[in-house]
Order: sequence, then C-alpha cells, then structure tokens
Amino acid sequence: MTVEASRETQTPVDLVTLSIDDVEVSVPKGTLVIRAAELVGTEIPRFCDHPLLEPVGACRQCLVEVPDAGNGRGFPKPQASCTLEVAPGMVVRTQVTSPVAEKAQHGTMELLLVNHPLDCPVCDKGGECPLQNQAMSHGRGESRFAETKRTFPKPLAVSEQVLLDRERCVLCARCTRFSEQVAGDPFIALVERGARQQVGIGPSTDEQAFGDRPGADGSSGGAQPFHSYFSGNTIQICPVGALTSADYRFRSRPFDLVSTPSVAEHDACGAAIRVDHRRGTVMRRLAGDDPEVNEEWVTDKDRFAFTWSRQDDRLRTPLVRDPDTGELVPASWPGALAAAAAGLREAAGKVGVLPGGRLTAEDAYAYSVFARVALRTNDIDFRTRPHSAEEAAFLAARVATVQDVATRDLETASTVLLVGLEPEDEAGTLFLRLRKGSRHGVRVAAVASHTTRGLAKVGGELLTARPGEEASALDAIQDSDGSADVGLDARSVVLLGERLASSPGAFSAAVRLAERTGARLAWVPRRAGDRGAVETGCLPTLLPGARPVGDAEARADLAAAWGVRSVPAKAGRDTTSILRAAARGQLRALVVGGVEVDDLPDPALAREALAAADFVVSLEVRESDVTRAADVVLPVAPPVEKSGTFVTWEGRLRPFGRVLDVPGSLTDVRVLAGIAEELGAPLGFRTTAGAMRSMADLGPWDGERVAAPDLAAPEAKEPRGGEVVLATWRQLVDDGRLQDGQDRYRATARRAVLKASAATLAAAGVEPGDVATISTDLGSASFPTAVADLPDGVVWAPGNNGVHLRGALGADHGSTVRLTAGGAS
Amino acid sequence: MSHDVTPPIDEATTAELRELMGRYPQARSALLPMLHLVQAVQGSVTSEGIETCAELLGLTTAEVSGVATFYTMYKRRTMGTHLVGVCTNTLCAVMGGDAIFERLSDHLDVGNDETTADGQVTLERIECNAACDYAPVLTVNWEFLDRQTPESAVDLVDRLRAGEPVQASRGATITSWRDAERVLAGFEDGRADEGPSAGDASLAGLRIAQERGWSAPPIPTVADSETADEVARSKETAEAEADTRRAEDETVAEESAADVKGGGSADG
Amino acid sequence: MADTLTPVLSRGWADERSWTREAYEARDGYSALRTALDMAPEEIVALVKDAGLRGRGGAGFPTGMKWSFIPQDTESPGGGNPKYLVVNADESEPGTCKDIPLMMANPHELIEGVVIASLAIRAEQAFVYVRGEVLHVVRRLRAACREAYEAGYLGADVMGSGRRVDLVIHAGAGAYICGEETALLDSLEGRRGQPRLRPPFPAVEGLYASPTVINNVESIASVPAIVRGGVDWFGSMGTEKSKGFTLYSLSGHVKRPGQYEAPLGITLRELLDLGGGLRDGAELKFWTPGGSSTPILTAEHLDVPLDYEGVGAAGSMLGTKALQVFDQTTSVVRCVLRWTEFYKHESCGKCTPCREGTWWLVQVLQRLDAGQGREGDVELLLDLCDNILGRSFCALGDGATSPITSAIQHFRDEFEAGMHTPSAELFPPAASTLFAAEVSA
Repeated sequence: MTVEASRETQTPVDLVTLSIDDVEVSVPKGTLVIRAAELVGTEIPRFCDHPLLEPVGACRQCLVEVPDAGNGRGFPKPQASCTLEVAPGMVVRTQVTSPVAEKAQHGTMELLLVNHPLDCPVCDKGGECPLQNQAMSHGRGESRFAETKRTFPKPLAVSEQVLLDRERCVLCARCTRFSEQVAGDPFIALVERGARQQVGIGPSTDEQAFGDRPGADGSSGGAQPFHSYFSGNTIQICPVGALTSADYRFRSRPFDLVSTPSVAEHDACGAAIRVDHRRGTVMRRLAGDDPEVNEEWVTDKDRFAFTWSRQDDRLRTPLVRDPDTGELVPASWPGALAAAAAGLREAAGKVGVLPGGRLTAEDAYAYSVFARVALRTNDIDFRTRPHSAEEAAFLAARVATVQDVATRDLETASTVLLVGLEPEDEAGTLFLRLRKGSRHGVRVAAVASHTTRGLAKVGGELLTARPGEEASALDAIQDSDGSADVGLDARSVVLLGERLASSPGAFSAAVRLAERTGARLAWVPRRAGDRGAVETGCLPTLLPGARPVGDAEARADLAAAWGVRSVPAKAGRDTTSILRAAARGQLRALVVGGVEVDDLPDPALAREALAAADFVVSLEVRESDVTRAADVVLPVAPPVEKSGTFVTWEGRLRPFGRVLDVPGSLTDVRVLAGIAEELGAPLGFRTTAGAMRSMADLGPWDGERVAAPDLAAPEAKEPRGGEVVLATWRQLVDDGRLQDGQDRYRATARRAVLKASAATLAAAGVEPGDVATISTDLGSASFPTAVADLPDGVVWAPGNNGVHLRGALGADHGSTVRLTAGGAS
Repeated sequence: MSHDVTPPIDEATTAELRELMGRYPQARSALLPMLHLVQAVQGSVTSEGIETCAELLGLTTAEVSGVATFYTMYKRRTMGTHLVGVCTNTLCAVMGGDAIFERLSDHLDVGNDETTADGQVTLERIECNAACDYAPVLTVNWEFLDRQTPESAVDLVDRLRAGEPVQASRGATITSWRDAERVLAGFEDGRADEGPSAGDASLAGLRIAQERGWSAPPIPTVADSETADEVARSKETAEAEADTRRAEDETVAEESAADVKGGGSADG
Repeated sequence: MADTLTPVLSRGWADERSWTREAYEARDGYSALRTALDMAPEEIVALVKDAGLRGRGGAGFPTGMKWSFIPQDTESPGGGNPKYLVVNADESEPGTCKDIPLMMANPHELIEGVVIASLAIRAEQAFVYVRGEVLHVVRRLRAACREAYEAGYLGADVMGSGRRVDLVIHAGAGAYICGEETALLDSLEGRRGQPRLRPPFPAVEGLYASPTVINNVESIASVPAIVRGGVDWFGSMGTEKSKGFTLYSLSGHVKRPGQYEAPLGITLRELLDLGGGLRDGAELKFWTPGGSSTPILTAEHLDVPLDYEGVGAAGSMLGTKALQVFDQTTSVVRCVLRWTEFYKHESCGKCTPCREGTWWLVQVLQRLDAGQGREGDVELLLDLCDNILGRSFCALGDGATSPITSAIQHFRDEFEAGMHTPSAELFPPAASTLFAAEVSA
C-alpha cells in the first residue's frame, strides 16, 4: 500500500485579479469575494455563508463596499461578499478600509442581536460561538434595543437527538440548506414568515411528541421528525447555539475540553473526526475537515456512536479459564499471555485465526504476521460475514494495494455504478460525495433489488437484479448488444459492495464489465478495518502487500523481510472452513479478534466450533459470545485508547493518534507480540509504530498478481411457492454493538419495514402496511410491510433493526425465506 | 354548516388534488391551489391536509408546513362560515377602517382572527386589498364591500349571520368562505357574470373623458406605419443592447427601491 | 398634444358585460393578435421596444428590452429550455388599485396581451399569478381564459396558426413579497415566496430554471394597443422617456377617487382638478406618488410631472402611480407606523435587516405614536433606516424605509411631538374618516 492517494486532476484555471483593501490578489474565476478576502488575510464576518453550501446572501453580515465592479462603475450600495463573484479589476473595500462596510456590518450585527437572548453563560455554544465571537470583533459596544425580545417555548425537539432553541436562531438557514442540498433530507424547513420565521418540522411546529408516527422511510406520510442520518452536522454548522445535541446539552464547556483529531471507526470511509474529552471521558465527537475524504460532514453514527467502548461489559483485565471451576477468572497480563501461548503451543499446527474487520491496519498486520510466523499457518480470514473464494481472488487481484478510485472522483466521474452497495447505509460520507456529484451531473445507476431512498436522492437509475443474480445483471450492461447502456466509460467508476460475496459470479462479472467499458472498479466494504486486513494479508490465500500465498517468490520475499526461514506455502482455510474444521476437530484452537458470532455466515456453526475447539483465545474490547466461550480473554484497546491507521475503501491511509491515555489498555499488536514472544517466535515489533515501520519496509508486491476470477453468471433460480428471495443489508442506524449506549441516536433509526412488490405481498395474502413474517427453519422475523419496486418474489428487510436476520434466521442477502401474513405464531 | 366535525380528505378530494397537479408543468406548482382546496374541504389547513399534499407531491411535511405557514390566507383554526376582513392598512384605516374594525369587534364580541360563538363570522384585519379608491373597504370571503361605515358594516354582519342574501359591491352574491376557497383553488362556480363590470370609482376618469370628448389619439391607418423600418433598426442595435443587459438588470435590481410593488417588481 | 385623459385600457370598462369575450371583440378585441400572428417574434419584440413601453409595476424597466433578454439561441445558456411568460397580478402595494379593476372589467385585453407576448418570446406556457384575496377577479380571469380557449385564442393552435399558447390562472395565498418577481417565481413553483439570488436572472433561469419574462398586468394589457396603434401612436402620448398612457389611481381625501387613464406626465394638480379637488375644507398635507414604498411628497410637488423622470427628480419614484392623498387632519406618524407594521407583517424573513429592522422600527414608532417616544428616537429611526436601506436582500426592506425617512424629512416636528403627545391627540382620527361630520380646519 502506498501513502495517500494522489489523483487530484490539475486543470488549468483562469485567474482573475482584483483589489481588496488595496491589496491585489489573483483568484480563480468564479471565486466569491468573501473567500478571495480570506486570501489577503481579511476575515469578513458571516453567518449564512458556508463554503460547502450554495450561496444564499440571507444574513447580510458580510457586506462590503465595491467602488468599482470592474467595469468602472461601482455598486451604489454595500454588497454581500458571499454572493458576489470576483471580476477583473474589481475594487473591494471591506470593514478594514471602508467605513461604509464597517457601519453596514455593525448595523447587521446589532439587528441580529436584537432578538438574540443573553444566555451565553448557559448556552452550549458559548465559547465556540461565531455569533459571540463576531459580536465581540465586529459589533457595537452596546445595543440601542431596550424592548422585549422575541421568545419561544424552549426547546423544540426536532428529533430525539437534535433540539432547537428557536430564540437563539439567527435564521441563516445553514441547517435547512444542509439538509436539503447535502443530505437530501429536508425534514426541517423554514416555517412561518417575517419576524416569526423559524426552523421547524411539519405539520405542527409546536408538536414535541412524535408518538408512534412512522419514520422517514415509513410507508405513509405523517409528521416527520428530523430523522436524517446526517442530522448532527446541522448542530455543528449552526453558527449559534440554536441546534444542540440532546446528549451533549449542558454537559460541558468548550474550554474544558481537550480536542484530538481522529478517524471514525464505523465504516470504510475514514471520515476525519474531532474527539473532545474532559478528564478521560469523551464528551462529544465532531466532524473533522478533510476535503479529500469527508469534507466537513460525518454520519450521525460517526458523531454520536462513541460510548460503545465504555459500557458495563467492557473488559478491563485478562481472564483465564480456571481448569477446576470452568470459570473465567481475572489473571495478570504475564500469566494470561503465558496461558495463551501454552494453549496455542499445545494445538501447534492446528490453529485458525479470525481477526475480524474492525482492526487498524497495524493490528491486522500483527494478526497476519502472528499467523504466519508464530502459528506457521495461512488459516486466517478477516471476513466475518458471507464470503467466497471468488471474492478472495477478486480482493487479491483487484483490491490489495490498488488505488484506482478516490472519493473526489465521485464528483467528476461520468457515471457511478453501484453494485450490491447501499452507500447511504453502508458508507455514509461516500454517499454524501456521491450525492454532491449527482447534483453536478454525475450519472448514478445501481444494480440492486429496488429503488432505495438513497438511490432516489442521487437521482439514480435502478438496474433491477434479484439477490444472487447480480452477475447476469452486470453481464447485461453495455454488452455486445449495446443494451442496458448506463454510460460507462473510462471516466466511470463501479463501486462493489461486500454482499456480492454471496452472489456467485458477481465479482467476475464486475471485472468483465470493467474490462469491457474501461470503467474503474473499487470495493467498498462496510467495516473500518476490512481494507486494511486485505492490505495486510489477513486472508488464507494472500500475504501482506498483495503477495500471493501461492507465489514462491512472494513468500521468499516476505520471509527475508521478516527474518524467518520460510512462510507457510499451503493455502489456508477461509472463515467458514476454519469454523467447520474447528467443529470437526481438524483445528484444535482458535485466535479470535473483534468478532460477533451472529455476524458470521453461519452463527450455529460458529457456536459449535467455539464449543468444540480445545482452546480459544479472544482479543476483545467488550464481553461477547466469543469471550464467554474463550479460554483466555485478552482485553484490547478500542480506537479511542490507541493510535493506529485505518485504510479506507480507496486504499487511503488514515492514521490517527490516541485520544485517551488509559494505563493497561493494550493494542492487539502488543498482545499478539507478547504471545508470539512466549511462543518463541517474535513478530519483530511490539508497537503500532513498529508494525507500521515493518509494513512500510515491506512495501507492495511488484511481482505477478493473482488472476482475477472469471466465473460465469449462475442460472436464474425460481423460488418455490410460498418462498421468496431475501434482499438485505445493515442500515446505518441499527442494533449493531458499536452503537450501544446511544439511545437518543438509536431512536432516530428508520422504521424497520419489509418491502416487496404489491404482487408479492398479495401472493402471501398481506395487505400493504400490515405485518408480515419471514421465516426459515431456524427462526422468524415480523415487520410492517410497504410496497416498493422490487421484482416479484423478492422481499427486502433490514439486516439488524429489531431482529438480527443472520443470527435469528440464518438468512442473508440471496437466501430463500418463507413469507407469511401476520406476526410470528 | 356544522364546524364541529372536520370532513376527511376523501377519494374525490384526492382526485381533485391530483387534477390540480396535472395543470402545471411541474406538479409542485399546484401546492398553493391544493392548500386552498384543503381549506375548502376542511375549513383550515389541517395536519391531514399537509400530510396529504406532502404525500401526493413527494415532499416532506416540513416543506409543506413551510409553505402553508408562509401565506396569510391559509388558516390553522377552523374558520367561520364567513370571513369578514376589514382593511386597516394606512389609507383605509385613516378613512375609517380602524373605526369600522373597532365597531365590528365590539358588536361581534371577537378580536382579530377570532370567530363568533355561532361559528358564522371570523373577523380579521386585512392588508391593502387594492381597492383604495373605494376606501374604507371590507371584504367578505374576499368579495369587495366598498365605502363602508361602522353602521353599514354592522348591518352587513347582521345580515350575514341571519343568513340573508348579501350582494358584494363589485362581485357576486356572497356564498361562504369555503366556497370561495374552492374557486381560488381553481374550480369555477359559475358566478363570474354576476355583478357590475366596474364600480363608479373605476370609471371616474372614463366618465370625465366621455363628458369632455377626450380620448386617445386616433389609430393611424396601415399606410402610415413605419413598423418595418423600425424593426430593421431595432435588430441592428439588439446586439449592442444585449451586451449591456446584465449591467442593466443589475442596475434595476440595485437601484429600484420600487422593486416590490403591488403587482409589480423590477419589470417592464 | 394628446387629450388630458386618454382611456385605452379603460375605454370599454363601462360597456355592457364588458368582461366577456363578446364585448371585448365588439371593441376590436383580439384584432391585435391577428396582426401579431403575421409578425415574426422578433418583430413583436422590436415593436414593443421601439414603442418605449416601460414596466407599469413599479420599476419602469423597458418591457421590450426585457423580452429581448430571453435567449432564443439553443446554444446560449437556457436557450434550449422552454420559455415562460408570467403575469404579475399580485397587486398588493398599499395604495395600488389599478390592475384589479382592469382584470375585473377587461380581462380579455390582458389575455390578448398574454398571447402576443408569449408569441414574442416563444413561450408556449403562460401564467397569471393573481393575488388570492380578490375572488371575483379570479372568477372573471378564469372565465375569460376559458372563453379564450373556446374561441381558439389560447391552446395548441392559436387561431389556426399552429402556434401553442397555454395559460393557467394561478391564485396566490396572501403574501405581499410575491410581487417581487423572483419571490413570485418561487411561489409559483409551490414554495415559500422568498426572493431569489440574482444572478441568475429570470430571463435565463426563471420559472423551473428556464427563461422567463415576468411582466405587470398593465404592461401586458398595454401590448395589444401598441400592436394596433404602432410606435408613433403610442409615443404621441406621454413624455420623451416615459411614453404612452397609463392608469393613475387617485385615493384618499379627494372628492372623486378613482382610476384616471392619462398620458404619462400629468401632474397631481391636474388630476386633483379632474377629481373635484380635496374634500371640502381640506388642504393637501402629503401624498404618495406610487404606493407606500415611494417617498411621500407634499403640496410643493403638485406640479411635478408624474412620469419616471419627473417623480425621480423630486426625490421619489413613480412606482405604481398610486396617488394616496392625505389632508391636514391626518397624523403622519400614525400613517408611517401603519405602513411600517405592514412591512413588518409582510417581510418574508429571509434577510436580517428587513426581518429584524422592521420589527424594531415598529416598536420605536409605536411609542412615538403613543406620545411616549424617547430622546433620540428620531435619530434612531433614521439610523435604523440607514442600516436597512440598501442592506436588505430585496427592495422590500428599502421600501419600508421610504415612508419613514421621507416623512421625517417633511414632518420632523410631528415625530418630535411623539416624545410627549399621542398622535391621536394632535390629530383625532375621527376627523380623517370618510364619514366624519365635517373637516375641521
């Protein structure tokens, strides 16, 4: 892997020269005066202006004098610099050199403060408030307004998570514009008129209780609270304290907080965040600013879901199973490491490794080296969800060390084709960039089961595919018949989701499509650690840096770098094979990282394997089904307590530093290094930095790569009577454990609804809106229903919203399930 | 008409809402008429009405609420059978509108935007209704009642409450506020031919001109026309003028404090 | 030299059932459309441009020039999109009352103008955005529109020409700001009527982001006469830069308020003479030349020519030619307060100076009106106006300051008196009413 994708296209720009406060400056044509002024060091005060929102010119705070518009004539009145584009020869005078501009700004500021309460001492925004700051720097000393201020009953809950104090609002409309323009979720809007204008939700602005109203994704209309996956961004861009987080409200003062830049751990986007803590407790998280990755936006999950690592079930000390009582009992670190090593030594040659997909690249690398050097095996697989050999081949051939597509490309691509990927749910900040692209002319199409809200928001075309039949749909696009043309060419991007692993031939068909059209491919997994695990070789057939296990030269290269005699040559088992082998006694021990049993492709098999294995070592943050079954439990640090690097879906490295210094909170690197040393086979590093150095020294493989898979699309299968094919994925806000502890945030989840065509529902005797049940031999799940444009015989249900489909039904994307009317019997 | 029970938005109304949507190149343009129709059916803009419009147009309820609360003709409380508006904008107020409002308020025992106990009359102060030459002006269900006095206004509301027929000064026989809203939504009621073409004030200048034999100059015969030449000249200058158009438009936008006008704007 | 009054738009208003197609055709109605159908669109644009017709809605922008801004070349921005004509019939400016009687008595002249203007700019879809609070006008417009369709003046094949012009009569819902053309467009798109940023200008990105002309009712209704009469005929009325006939609306303390259609450039003195003068015993105190947004004038301005240039030179604006006349019984403070309350009520809320400024101005004026003003209140009013004028997003904020600053300029003493004496004491309201027993001298 290489450092930082650098795909910025350098197109020549026309420069315009103008004068601002008597300083000449040249800026690209189309630049707004307010931003040109920043280049000469003048900060013009502003509220409604935001560089990522369309100019609106509403607050009138940024007025400047323009004695010459560039045509020899001046504007007779002050101009809003946030809406005025530069022109050659233009002369601009800001508050720095123009008494007129200064007076205009003072005047606006005074008017803004006329109805603003004097509650700064109790306001969350106090201390980091643009209004407060600019009132100090650009305001009059005192107000001439002595009358009664406008008041509202406070606060209005626009959602369970976001509160609105209307009297503080300066009506800049940043929040409503963000929701409409960026998120595509206009659930808040300006309501009323004139001096009574305010932000509200419909239909009644004073309605505080939402009752059991259906959510944004529900089937019927109704009062819609601000249930946007991106709602928290409005809190952050609010230039006053009008929008606040229900969780954070009155909890802290900005000057009490220590801020640390970091990277969000919830998806593969690598969104920059800022983590604010006070005396060892994280109080809130904010979006960081990274134009290449997330601009200034994060998902609500990135922002609000940070208490998962401080739940009561957090593991604080190593545990070792007492051979006499059979109970897990606390142990010292040296004792636990020794016990782990002893158990693994006992099972030598028969150990499987399941690192999971949440690791930093350094931790994943430690697992990869640990398997090969300390355990002498390739039985390692990070994939804790359905997977296939085809997928592994695809990852080795077309993903590891490849950086063909960057987030920014989604703004300039001719077409973006989504396959088996629902970015709004699975990669939120990628979705926002895609939406930005679609608003600027990027064509979007999706091979999917139905038109989702997310697809509609990017104006996407649906290329309907039944789950499991994505391959034929891909083969039909721009084939020799020229049919199904979605405009794919060398400027296009095809984004592949991880659930294609359960659709035979899909990755192969995607490769064929790319070769046919010249479009670039990228794989967008769900988890923050997935791509890093690919890069570091946490796969049975792939070694770090895209080195094929089957390539002797690659193994020799690696052995030399690691200072070991050899690297195992035999291809390893994948996750399912490892579990099956453990269940059958062919593998005797398991080393398991952050893995939820219900996430595994066959949870029942996993439980069987955990029970059957002689020895299980678990490296976990919190108690889980794995830790409860383990013989040695080694508590490891959550991201907030360590440094590390996530690798984004683009292949971009996203290093982050430690936020909280918690003594005894160890990284996976450190723990695995300790066991390896006990085993007498040291990893060659003990620290995150050391792991990174080792990876960097290793570099990417420049030899021959694994061939891309080329499986044919399977024949279409007709489900039997009463059965339907399941389409499913995890929604952004759901019951995932990394969202534990955030009840208000969880309350903003979309309502769990089963979607199907009218004919499918009718065939099962279900009235749209009524409850229906899907079931397998293992279990069932019931949902209210809604009609959507799915193909007949297919239903969609959320993966883990109320019911964990894989855990409860053993059902996945592409599974066959029974559909019946009514609730579970 | 009973106001205790709000009729639901039934299928017939939904069909009419869809019909309104079909009258425009883009369906959302029908939102104002649709809200008028909701009022005609339900007596106010109800939550149900907002939700129905949102669903039909693919909008959020916040977006529809934003529109419904922006315009003063949309009412959030169930209205009386008749909406009596008293113009209390400056000219009408000075000419007697304030006195009329006070008198009506006393007589009906209601304040601004309130409805009489019998549900017959909602009283409202209204802004200038473009009938200044008939000041002081009242409206009943948005029909004009010109040159009113406190006495005539009291008589008017008494007749309305008694269910007696009332003829607008320049308009039709008074029906009801809901019926009026239905017309505003876009459904004709066959009353366009009622009432005069114009009131006396509208004809003031015309009458004098007729008396004195004044008129616009006679229209020249076709032979006198130099239209063709002028067209040619105009084409020559068109390009030069086009170059300046942004500047001129901006100048208008910038310099015209009269930009917001009754029925007017920076227009030509 | 044209006659003092020149009824053109109003010439048929007294006709029997003047609003019907039959009556309109009987006075040569729709003959201009026949002429226009034989002209190239560019010729119609040139004709209106050469005639010098200027917008009758307030700003006086040349109508033909506005039409010529519509991109007709498919290569230029917006040129490939459909074009729209929108008639601004949202007559709401206090004092303004000309378009309503025009549409009530003579809706077909407007519709004929709509069809001709649509042909000129190659629009196939036109709208009349009429304020909702005038029920009978909406009825007459809809009926006229229906009749015009029935007669083939509107529709897919206008008078057999193969040209299409469709018309929708659209009723607003009560918002003065919708008279501002970009707010009107947002409203017509089913949104809150808040003004849009310019550029892009409506001529390029207007309704549905397509090229759009927005014209006032009277402007469009004047087009058929220009087509019938020609450039020279139109120019034989009015002044050099303010050509043609127009409706002056006289209201207030005059004997015969009403509509007076005259060549541009007539004076208030002439109009008052025609209108029988002020009511008995009354003296002219102040007047608005064109609605409440135009700075007030006084008796010293009686001989100002009421055209765009003349009124501008007198420090005000021609506006909508809404001449509201107030006599000596009237409290200027009371009037200014009421107008300011109107602007506060109608401020759309989008920009700070207008939203907060009008809200504050009302509070200051209320205490002056109540005789409870504070030291410095007059200076405060002027300074607030300075912070609103030219700082607001659109002209509504500017208009809100006009009555205040002009009234203080002419009647500062009355505002100063508000520090101690209620306006109702100085000027008992009863004396100002239409039904006052007599006017006290």
